[in-house]
Amino acid sequence: MAEFSIDRFVDRYAARAAGMTASEVRALFAVAARPEVVSLAGGMPYVQALPTAEVSAVAREVLEEHGDIALQYGGGQGSIGLRERLTMLMAEEGIAADPEDVVVTTGAQQALDLLGKIFIDPGDLIAVEAPAYVGALTAFGAYEPRFLPIEIDDHGMIVDQLEQALVRGERPAFVYTVPNFGNPAGVTLSAARRHQLIALCREAGIPIIEDNPYGLLRFEGEAEPCLRSLDPDNVIYLGTVSKTFSPGVRVGWALAELSVVQRLVLAKEAADLCSSNLTMLMTERWFSDEQRWRSTLAGLVETYRSRRDAMLEALEEHMPEDATWTRPGGGFYVWATLPEWLDAKALLAAAVERRVAYVPGTAFYPDGRGANRMRLAFCYPPEDRIREGVGLLGALLHDEEQLYRSMQD
Amino acid sequence: MRIAVIAGGRTPERDVSLRGGHRVHTALEDLGHEAWLVDPADAKLVASLRERTPDLCWLGLHGKEGEDGTVQRLLDLLRLPYTGTAAFDCELSFDKMLAKDVLRRAGVPTPDWVVIEGSALRDLGGGAALHEAVERVGLPCIVKPSRSGSALGVGSVERYEDVPGAVMSALSFSGAAIIEQQVVGTEVAVGAIGTPLETMPLVEIVPKEGVYDYAARYTAGATDHYAPARLDPTVSDGVHNAAAGALAALGTRHVGRVDAIVDRAERAMVLEVNVSPGMTETSLLPMAANAAGLSFEDLCDRIIRAAT
Repeated sequence: MAEFSIDRFVDRYAARAAGMTASEVRALFAVAARPEVVSLAGGMPYVQALPTAEVSAVAREVLEEHGDIALQYGGGQGSIGLRERLTMLMAEEGIAADPEDVVVTTGAQQALDLLGKIFIDPGDLIAVEAPAYVGALTAFGAYEPRFLPIEIDDHGMIVDQLEQALVRGERPAFVYTVPNFGNPAGVTLSAARRHQLIALCREAGIPIIEDNPYGLLRFEGEAEPCLRSLDPDNVIYLGTVSKTFSPGVRVGWALAELSVVQRLVLAKEAADLCSSNLTMLMTERWFSDEQRWRSTLAGLVETYRSRRDAMLEALEEHMPEDATWTRPGGGFYVWATLPEWLDAKALLAAAVERRVAYVPGTAFYPDGRGANRMRLAFCYPPEDRIREGVGLLGALLHDEEQLYRSMQD
Repeated sequence: MRIAVIAGGRTPERDVSLRGGHRVHTALEDLGHEAWLVDPADAKLVASLRERTPDLCWLGLHGKEGEDGTVQRLLDLLRLPYTGTAAFDCELSFDKMLAKDVLRRAGVPTPDWVVIEGSALRDLGGGAALHEAVERVGLPCIVKPSRSGSALGVGSVERYEDVPGAVMSALSFSGAAIIEQQVVGTEVAVGAIGTPLETMPLVEIVPKEGVYDYAARYTAGATDHYAPARLDPTVSDGVHNAAAGALAALGTRHVGRVDAIVDRAERAMVLEVNVSPGMTETSLLPMAANAAGLSFEDLCDRIIRAAT
């Protein structure tokens, strides 16, 4: 008799690796990636809208003019030239920043990981929106925190719930929020709640991590003030060029006060020494031509707005009566809530069979909630495909409803 | 020999199929064959097989189209020989609703079950019979899609009020759901290869989290395996006999894997027969072969020889 050990390291892994398992949903996404499936699942920016010839020229110029730098290691904080450009981008959203307080990271995703590393001890409580960006849950999750989920509504995080938790004596290590057109819900934190959150956290001495990938993808209305601009001392701000330029360059950043910046730089150097000089220089150069980046961004916003409109119209037309969904004023996502009895994860196989895909809601909660919810991304497929996909989804949901009713006495 | 390894496809088991397909491809080349991969999701299968005509097709597809007789019928039409079971028998094996009937008629023990068809629920008011269905099988029960693989859409149900949800999950994968008596005991897999088919040492499956679900199947290290299984010789013989009976009843050829369970009274029951067993690093058939003293290349070689 032999005990088969498929994985000879199985007893050696750290406890935090226990959740890293194969999943049915991932298996279904392998099918959903096929071109015949309308994918409302992935949050991929529509990079086809970028002027490829101009981006090529930027890459060529960087290599021809600064090849010795572009192909070399750089400093852990990122080049000063790029950090100056990034402060300019933040100024667009009303944030006054000093380039010395900026750390360039490999996408804002790396900033989440580094912040987890320097702020979370195993068992620490951290407050997150429910639903929250799944990449933040997994990045923070690696440091073994306990999650304090704060529900959201159409006006963003319900700050009263955080207040009640603080009254109960809970003291999260930080509060994490995506206040503008959040992922997955697409909702925006109202001005009143921004002020409430700022005051509450300042008084309790709890830092806020403000993650703002979508702020410049605004389709209508006036921007609410960034949390960072309301309280620079207590807010760590995260930005990215993934949505305004390209996710392929992997350029994100954190803006924080000196003590945090120092730790982030050391943690960053331990993780990957430095970001890519090549893509940092490309990004710096891209944003040095104001007319170019502004017109490209305006084109992207127009594209996403039109796709958002197509999705909202199609949802209105095709969704069952008892379904509700958010109406984002920017960003990438609509968040749909279906009847309680519906399990969006179980339904995904049937959806893919009918050639439409979405992300089931449970992924966005740290506690298994969200079974009857789904994230629908309008950023990538063109309008006619969005209409087609929502039509397929609507028909499926109607059939499911009929099936469900048939089993109720 | 010139062998087209057909793997991938458009099912949720696409990745599993590709992983196995790549391993088989490498093994066949190591055995000296001229082998190449064909993914029906990327290439038009017929055109691709006409362009580069193989002597034999290795069928490494899983799930619908790969295991339900569809691709087999197409290869029959093209007069191309292939590894594994013939079209009609694939159709029988893949559809648990049919396969379980075949097993019962052949006297092969299988857990008690009832079938709920989606169309019966939608169009014939079949939901009114749900109570009787569950009563006949008893709780707890297993609810699974009639046609699906890799434990996708399978749920264990303890309370009646959770049955409709489980049925809907199963129907997400298939037109019919099977409500099956839940048998508690030792799960074993019986690999079989050759012409005629010969069963290999039993592989005992012990999932660390208790349930042999998708994650337990495909996360390396999530399940403990013992080969041969830690069973008394008489019990082990009983499993081999039941498995052989199932393979014969369902007309399996060249290669197959029988999933069985030994209940607390040490009776062997057949859960299902797979006509296209997984060939990945965590798969059961290569494990059984290993316990029989066969390397992965040996296993592939035996299957090729069985099919030619």
